[in-house]
Amino acid sequence: MRSCIESIEAEETLATESWVYAGRSIGYSGAMEKAASPGLPSGVLVFVKRDCPTCELVAPILQELAKKVPLTVYTQDDPEFPDALDAVDDTDLSVSWHNDIEAVPTLLRVESGKEVERAVGWHRGEWEALTGVDDLGPGLPELRPGCGSLSVDPVRGPELAIRFGQSRLQSRRVEIATLEDEMQACFDRGWSDGLPIVPPTEARVLAMLEGTKRAPDEIVATVPPDLVQCSVEKVAINAVMAGCRPSYLPVVLAAVEAACTDKFNIHGLLATTMSAGPVLIVNGPIRKSIGMNSGKNVLGQGNRANSTIGRALQLVIRNVGGGRPGDVDRATLGNPGKVGFCFAEDEEGSPWTPLCADFGFSEGTNTVTLFPGEGPRTLVDQISREPESLARSIAATLRTMYSPKMALAFDVVVIVSPEHARIFREAGWSKDDLRAKLHELTLIPGSEIVGGALGIAEGLPESVREHSIPKFRPDGLHIVHAGGGAGLFSAIIAGWVNGEIGSQTVSWEIKS
Amino acid sequence: MTILLDPTSERVPAERVRAERLPTLVGQTVGLLDIAKMRGDLFLDQLETRLAGEGAKVIRYKKPTFTKPAPIDLRHEIAEQCDAVVEALAD
Repeated sequence: MRSCIESIEAEETLATESWVYAGRSIGYSGAMEKAASPGLPSGVLVFVKRDCPTCELVAPILQELAKKVPLTVYTQDDPEFPDALDAVDDTDLSVSWHNDIEAVPTLLRVESGKEVERAVGWHRGEWEALTGVDDLGPGLPELRPGCGSLSVDPVRGPELAIRFGQSRLQSRRVEIATLEDEMQACFDRGWSDGLPIVPPTEARVLAMLEGTKRAPDEIVATVPPDLVQCSVEKVAINAVMAGCRPSYLPVVLAAVEAACTDKFNIHGLLATTMSAGPVLIVNGPIRKSIGMNSGKNVLGQGNRANSTIGRALQLVIRNVGGGRPGDVDRATLGNPGKVGFCFAEDEEGSPWTPLCADFGFSEGTNTVTLFPGEGPRTLVDQISREPESLARSIAATLRTMYSPKMALAFDVVVIVSPEHARIFREAGWSKDDLRAKLHELTLIPGSEIVGGALGIAEGLPESVREHSIPKFRPDGLHIVHAGGGAGLFSAIIAGWVNGEIGSQTVSWEIKS
Repeated sequence: MTILLDPTSERVPAERVRAERLPTLVGQTVGLLDIAKMRGDLFLDQLETRLAGEGAKVIRYKKPTFTKPAPIDLRHEIAEQCDAVVEALAD
């Protein structure tokens, strides 16, 4: 353990010292000088670390080999290991990294600086063939697998890639002065939505990119309002800033793709004076694998994935698309969800098929559904035990959405919590049954909705007085199951201008 | 020193050069772009009357919906046909 700590400290020192930047006058850095690949001596080379039982096992063999062949030992974690051998200190992992050492011990045979043969782990036959020395380790087992090389340690990988010049990233480098606070620097550059962000260092962005198989330079979408082509790399940078883990990145990428479709129309949603923003609802096994919350406090704080995925999308719109409050974002009031609004559906406890199935995806598909919505509004009914009564309760609340004098302009998401869902489940109501009943109960007599009715000037034209007006379009009423197990509450999320002139809900498959 | 990656589009903030001002409206073609917000046409009717009174030829255009940017074909059409354009948001 002592040697491990030393090696990490040594690595950090090197990491700092080997980063040399050619600064430009406006505070951006250009080309970096990268650590050069070290040359290899001819003969037999072996890479080891003390923290590896197989390396400990073969240490006596190495001492024997050193007497018979030109042997160079590279040690990754403790320059004193193996005993009695003058090992080369590779605690900065430069030789290991440049020679793609994936496990220790690894044996190489090198001629004129070129590797000509390799053996990984301990395998007597391979070692004897490679070294030309017979009867190696007579008391040892025939073979023993090795341990992971520190040069491929996932924690160190991104930093090593940067240090040794393998960065594939294209984004402009921005220098932050030593005495400048990183968080403040990000605020000062206008990158933040008002909350602190995680500074997007190259190491963090490279680690984020491990979350997807997609190439950093692949174009994900054209982002409004500036209509900028946005790469996977730019999404990853903003996902880092939002606080995402790499495993969330596929969800963020899917959300960016969905948001920037003409159908969802993030441009209009951004520019509107109304309060709405993108609401993200996640379905499929990925909810569990990335630890999303679909239960207690599902629409609230406290879960990293829920809190950061929607935020990452909004940061992409802000930073890549150039959509900022007060500029193209003309919201009169806005809503707190515009920082980022994302949650998962509780599929396991639901009496119904998941939301994604309403958009043609089979159950079990990883999807993110984008709804143009405002903040959630709680709907309380603690007395109804019959589905008809509860449906009436929900419908009465839905009818007032935005204004009791408005209809057909806005879609809605109804989030039915487990205790309310139980009432529909026990009565055998399918999701379509509930949806049909809600449509029926939100039909509004024209006389109640025309301008002037109820003493309110707002309203529809006089010509609808003799008709019944549906509050929602036939496909404008979405139902999702989520929330904690206790509480006879549900919630509604009111939409924004629906249909082709505004925004249509989009469900998008999440791909790795 | 910390190095961060720029999260933005990296567009150099280009200062837009304004089109040269028209010395006179007489004989000039002025486009009026209706952004498709309600009652915007009433406002543009008044503008058209005033511009015509100044001797300008007026061509009216309309976006399909106020929520989306004008389609590129419409923008091109305006640029091709007009010496000046009035595009404004009124709510």
